[in-house]
Amino acid sequence: MYNSLIITNNIHSWVVSWMPAAVTGITEMIMIALAYLTLFAVLGLFLVLMERKVAAWFQLRIGPNRVGFFGMFQTIADALKLLSKELTGTDKADKFLYNLAPYFLIISSLMALAVFPFSQNLQAFDINIGIFFLIAISSIGVIGILLGGWSSNNKFALIGAMRSGVQTISYELSVGLSLLTMILLTGSLQLSEIIEVQKSGWLIVQGHIPAVIAFMIYMIAGTAETNRAPFDMVEAESELGAGFHTEYSGMKFAYFFLAEFINMFIIAAIGTTVFFGGWLSPFGITESIPWLGVFWFFLKAFALVFLMMWFRWTFPRLRVDQLLTLEWKYLLPINLFNIVLMAIIVWLNFTIQF
Amino acid sequence: METATINNNFKSEEYFINMGPQHPATHGVLRLLLTIDGEIIKKVEPDLGYIHRSIEKMCERDSYQQIVHLTDRMDYLSSHINNEAVCLAVENALEIEVPERVKVIRTIIDELTRISSHTLWWGVMGMDVGALTSYFYGFRDRELINDIFEETCGARLTMNYNIPGGLMQDIHPNFIKRVKEFIAHFKTKLPEYDKLLTGNIIFQKRTKGVGVLSKEDAIAYGASGPVARGSGYSCDVRKYHPYSALDKVTFNEALHTEGDSYARYLVRIQEMWESISIIEQLIDNIPEGDFKVATKAVIKLPKGEYYQKVETARGELGVYIISTGGKNPHRMKFRSPGLSNLSLLNHITVGGKIGDLVATMATIDIVVPDIDR
Repeated sequence: MYNSLIITNNIHSWVVSWMPAAVTGITEMIMIALAYLTLFAVLGLFLVLMERKVAAWFQLRIGPNRVGFFGMFQTIADALKLLSKELTGTDKADKFLYNLAPYFLIISSLMALAVFPFSQNLQAFDINIGIFFLIAISSIGVIGILLGGWSSNNKFALIGAMRSGVQTISYELSVGLSLLTMILLTGSLQLSEIIEVQKSGWLIVQGHIPAVIAFMIYMIAGTAETNRAPFDMVEAESELGAGFHTEYSGMKFAYFFLAEFINMFIIAAIGTTVFFGGWLSPFGITESIPWLGVFWFFLKAFALVFLMMWFRWTFPRLRVDQLLTLEWKYLLPINLFNIVLMAIIVWLNFTIQF
Repeated sequence: METATINNNFKSEEYFINMGPQHPATHGVLRLLLTIDGEIIKKVEPDLGYIHRSIEKMCERDSYQQIVHLTDRMDYLSSHINNEAVCLAVENALEIEVPERVKVIRTIIDELTRISSHTLWWGVMGMDVGALTSYFYGFRDRELINDIFEETCGARLTMNYNIPGGLMQDIHPNFIKRVKEFIAHFKTKLPEYDKLLTGNIIFQKRTKGVGVLSKEDAIAYGASGPVARGSGYSCDVRKYHPYSALDKVTFNEALHTEGDSYARYLVRIQEMWESISIIEQLIDNIPEGDFKVATKAVIKLPKGEYYQKVETARGELGVYIISTGGKNPHRMKFRSPGLSNLSLLNHITVGGKIGDLVATMATIDIVVPDIDR
């Protein structure tokens, strides 16, 4: 089996060979951080382009096709435009919190990105509580939304932020519980080990019925947690204008915007790792070509991203009380029942393994 | 005293939101003053006048031929029907009998206008409840009708095809062929509308039981068109006071009794099917003949008062002319369906959520220039 450690070890020995020992650690950290920032930006820009293309495809349009081949550089041009825009703000806003809010979102999504195993050992840090860490980190984002909505001194933004608070807190339960259902199968919270377990079959196959239920709940709750349609209460365009980021402009707006897309990718990536075997190829068909791990990981993740885009461009938006009804009266009880079902299946060894 | 203060401290606070004049859900420049308690609406006050152009006053200055052009700018989505209302009023006053050909063509274009207005409404309705895709589906079909209009009338929005005494010019040679093509196309696309929105569980949850209007209230508030028919109030002017060629066709009045947003939605979907049926009955038998009768260059209506009502896509449009025998009307009044329908808004949305308000406003189908004139 191919091991990404070969590359990282090579880089490490190269750095150590010519640098004083005192600064190698920090240099490597900066290198990793830069790599992740680049990944973050590229992913964000690509996802925006993908969303626009997918939306166009659903809506009988062509989508961006002027800047570069196939509109490739459209989002880059948009990002440059946003960079050069004036940062306007409301007069009576709480300036400190107003400026702080976007960073909460961007940092939470950046930190979450760091724990994913993109391929074997291609992972910034493989902590033993990976899933727990992801759930915990993704809750930080909502603070940014709440702060942004509250501090910008705009009633529409405030309503959006409060909706977001209520929504994210509710749906985090479902995300957590549906992942917990799968943890029963793996017996570990560590992401690399979760993938190791799946070498004898993806978890969605191993856990069959409860796993499929958990996956469906996970996708619904995940879409809700990223505040995307049909759960986009937060920025319900026809109701609240732009919701919590009404008063943000320029790059601060872009932070919110990028974070939303990266969060979508994170939800898809967790789904890929926990349900669909992460970087493992289906039936081990490309085990002989090991560097394809990255390819499989992104393929699966983007398939799930596409699913979420499909939701967005097909379904109408729920009303805020219906949203809470769905979570507390349907998803949560089903989820609790599902955990028990999964526990019984694991206990009686009814799992499917190849 | 002490307890009273404490209770007061925990009392939820009503606050005030300015929805519009620039807001995505107010379809133009309507301003709504909302009093809200959290998400729950306590009061809705429409504030009108942002697009008031004094059309009624301008009519007193213009000749009857010119007035027709002003009516385009009222309810721009049923401009042809508005034009026809004025022309019918003038023709009745002058006791002109227009050729059969004119009547049939007017009715066909009326119904095409109704379909194009309803497709646009359908798209916007979807957008208001959060399904952006329906907007593009609606526009796809509306564009085809606009193309037909462009060929025949030379315009896509403000058509000005009617003149007192007939039509501006004869229909384009392609007209019949293209209308038939459109009907064949649209018959396959309407079921798609149902697939995308009507059957969707979220959409039904958003609209069923929302903004309920009883039949009595519909009558009391002067509602008309699909809004009233969704409450079971049979009021189709085309049925009760047929004009142009409508007495030659058979069609069903779309009626639903629930009175909620979903019923109003279903009425409009059904109206599109009925319009298709009306066009199909007429398109093959357009009689030969002139496309207008000659009128004097300066039309002077005999002294008196004249009223003509027609059914636009939004409801009953009344044209009321008081003439003193001159070349201009002494006073002109339009009874626009939008204003009466909008007056319901506070009555049926109080107690709902902000999302309900948006869904209800979409099914009332307001066109702001029609309300303000």
